[in-house]
Amino acid sequence: MSATGESAAQDPAQSAIEEVGADSTAGQGAAPGSRRYQLLARGKVRSVGIVAPFVILFIVLSIASGGFLTKANLLNILDQQAATLVIAAAGTLVLVSGGIDLSVGAVYGLAAVVSGKLLGHVPAGFAILAGILAGTLVGTVNGFIATFLRINALITTLAMSFVVAGIASLVTQGNLLVLSSDTSFGDFSNTDILGVNSSTWVMVIVVVVLGLLLARTTIGRYMYAAGGNAEAARIAGVRVNMTRIIAFALSGSAAAIGGIIDSSRVLSADGTNNSQLTFTVLAGIVVGGTSILGGEGVVWRTAIGVLLIALIGNGYDLLGLNPLYEQITLGVIMMLAVGLDAWSRQVRH
Amino acid sequence: MGWISPEGSSTGTPLVELQSISKQFGGVRAIDGISLEIPSGAVHALVGENGAGKSTLGKVIAGSIHPDSGSMLVEGVEVSFRSPREALGHGIAAMAQELLLVGRLSVAENVFLGAEPSRGSWIRRGTLKSRYERLAADAGFSLPADEPVGGMRIAEQQQVEIMRALARDARLIVMDEPSAALSGSDVERLHEIIRTLVAQGKAVLLVSHFLREVLSLADTISVLRDGQLVRTSAAADETEATLIQGMLGRPLGAAFPKKPERNVQAPVRLSVRNVIAPAVADVSLEVREGEIVGLAGLVGAGRTELVRALFGADRRSSGTVEIAGKELSSDQPLLSLRSGLAMIPESRREQGLLFNRSVLENVSLSSLGDVSRGGWVSRRSERAAVSPILERVALRGATPDSVVSTLSGGNQQKVLFARNLMCEPRVLIADEPTRGVDVGAKRAIYDLIVELASRGTAVLLVSSELEEVLGLSHRVLVMRRGRVVAELEGEAMTESGILAAAFADPVTTEVAA
Repeated sequence: MSATGESAAQDPAQSAIEEVGADSTAGQGAAPGSRRYQLLARGKVRSVGIVAPFVILFIVLSIASGGFLTKANLLNILDQQAATLVIAAAGTLVLVSGGIDLSVGAVYGLAAVVSGKLLGHVPAGFAILAGILAGTLVGTVNGFIATFLRINALITTLAMSFVVAGIASLVTQGNLLVLSSDTSFGDFSNTDILGVNSSTWVMVIVVVVLGLLLARTTIGRYMYAAGGNAEAARIAGVRVNMTRIIAFALSGSAAAIGGIIDSSRVLSADGTNNSQLTFTVLAGIVVGGTSILGGEGVVWRTAIGVLLIALIGNGYDLLGLNPLYEQITLGVIMMLAVGLDAWSRQVRH
Repeated sequence: MGWISPEGSSTGTPLVELQSISKQFGGVRAIDGISLEIPSGAVHALVGENGAGKSTLGKVIAGSIHPDSGSMLVEGVEVSFRSPREALGHGIAAMAQELLLVGRLSVAENVFLGAEPSRGSWIRRGTLKSRYERLAADAGFSLPADEPVGGMRIAEQQQVEIMRALARDARLIVMDEPSAALSGSDVERLHEIIRTLVAQGKAVLLVSHFLREVLSLADTISVLRDGQLVRTSAAADETEATLIQGMLGRPLGAAFPKKPERNVQAPVRLSVRNVIAPAVADVSLEVREGEIVGLAGLVGAGRTELVRALFGADRRSSGTVEIAGKELSSDQPLLSLRSGLAMIPESRREQGLLFNRSVLENVSLSSLGDVSRGGWVSRRSERAAVSPILERVALRGATPDSVVSTLSGGNQQKVLFARNLMCEPRVLIADEPTRGVDVGAKRAIYDLIVELASRGTAVLLVSSELEEVLGLSHRVLVMRRGRVVAELEGEAMTESGILAAAFADPVTTEVAA
């Protein structure tokens, strides 16, 4: 973030010089104004792009609605978004490493069902662990199919979402599972720790761990490399497929944790594919500035993206606005986010 | 056959006339003030080294590149093409190096693609076929109308492209390296086709590396060098020797550092035995400790394919690669790097760098294990390890935190070198290490290569710039059609020696496996 001006001054011509190979078959690289270019190349626009509307909306809601800026309301928002935030944090890793996971809504349902079926037979802790492992397994299979079998990740995980939802319905026989047989299952989400629900704590831990994993570990670096330029990463000695499989496995695990958080809160599970959740997660990630083309994205910005969407919903509730417009607002924000991403890429290359 | 001397064109209007055409890409002049005339009913050839501007000029004429300045006349009327389609409207068609056919459609459908005989939006298949058969008969082709193009050989696909041009009444066909991808008898067939076209009054602009082919087919030849026209003359006045002289003829550009001392008794670091891979036919070679071996050849000779196969970026179908006496067990970049073999790939954009990440991250990528503990990257040791290497590669005007896309081409290449230096390789493959790099940075990269060799690294250098190969290497291997066809050392290491080995008539060359 602290690169000096001199280096950036030569940028625009560079992208075009690149094109002149041995026998120039080049196209014409656009030469943008260097200031705008500089700004974009640093990714500043993108991080500002998400923080600014979040802060503005936060301030506007604080002023417009007396009920907004209260501890209860804010904690409630965080708690409601716990599952979404957990899943979106892991989803960021998948997108950064060059994939996409559309099966999270189904895995969310499956994990709750797996845990729920085991309740009463094994201690609640084991039931929860089994649910998470089921998600990890689905994620690993996703990753294997999308890398070694070279089937497009979008198709792989879309297909997997049907398979998983089908398995979950088989287990429940289409019935709602009521999970009141073991009260300690409910403690997973509903225990009060320092005035905050345990589900929120679980979310905070998962988001921080995944954020650090992406930003500060070797595997995180490999994820950026795999998604940014898979061929270059491979030649630099990165195990691209392995890296991507790990991202998918984490996404599956996170989707399972999300499912268990919510089923533990409401003490029931029905195992249906929560595709609405899948798309809310994706929306949050994208609004947070993660590139759907891979190689760029940060977990904390995803968290802001998810919370921005949540604030919009909360604001509509508190201000008593017509909820039909909420969807439109969300859609426009997403388009702006993706448009900015595409535009900044064009300028750069 | 309509043989027209360049002087003869003044008697009538030339088919195409270029007046001081220039085209820049970024800061580089790809073609610079070129004027020439192309008469009808003749073959006009463009020759020059890699990067001389032949292909760019061909593309300007065919309308796929718009020139920055200068004018172009077709039969005396000024034109300005914004697309190949507009050029086609004036009777100029192109047969590109990469053929542009729709694989699933049949021959006839491809030939008339976009100009199908139709009623409303309903294609009249019968008319299509009968028109195709008339056209094929006129041109002397015998490809079945209904066969899908996808499964055909390149030679046949080229014929489809030629017929497509003829179907649109093209009077000039621009052919860019048409014989490069062909083997023996197909080349002769192509030559026949070109002669037939010319006999029917068409003009052909032939861009070719093969000097003997050019001399036997062309009526007039234009020699290009560094984007400028050296001369246009009648083919009868040229020989291979005069063409090579014209293509080179430049003073030695960037100065080279002194070659490091070489010990011919030094242990062999890279040993390659009978490697076969796509576009590589049975190559064996050795590079000793501290030795720089140049790998020369034309674009498409298989140099990049060879080094990628050695490094494990592409599969080897057979053969062995040994690093310091140990055979690489498998063809994977990661294992090659661990065994001490590193590669600077041909394209730093496609295969080298993470453009939206920092210099620091790009340099440490291959050695992250050395600066991390338990998977946790220590930013302090990362910086401590990277900064001396950045100093060694003389990165100027950029910091470790600069995003790579904001760097100059020279600095980007230095970052790529830095990554590979950090791995401390015993063998370094550098594929076109100075492509798209300015003169000052070139010298810095030459210094790096020489420094590495003087410390004992074995270097295999691929370059299309002859002076670079000659200025740095102790020994030069010349590739042609997937094989090493010559090894030059000492007195024999000359530009003309390399060119003589690299330029050979495709007809006399056996088919590469």
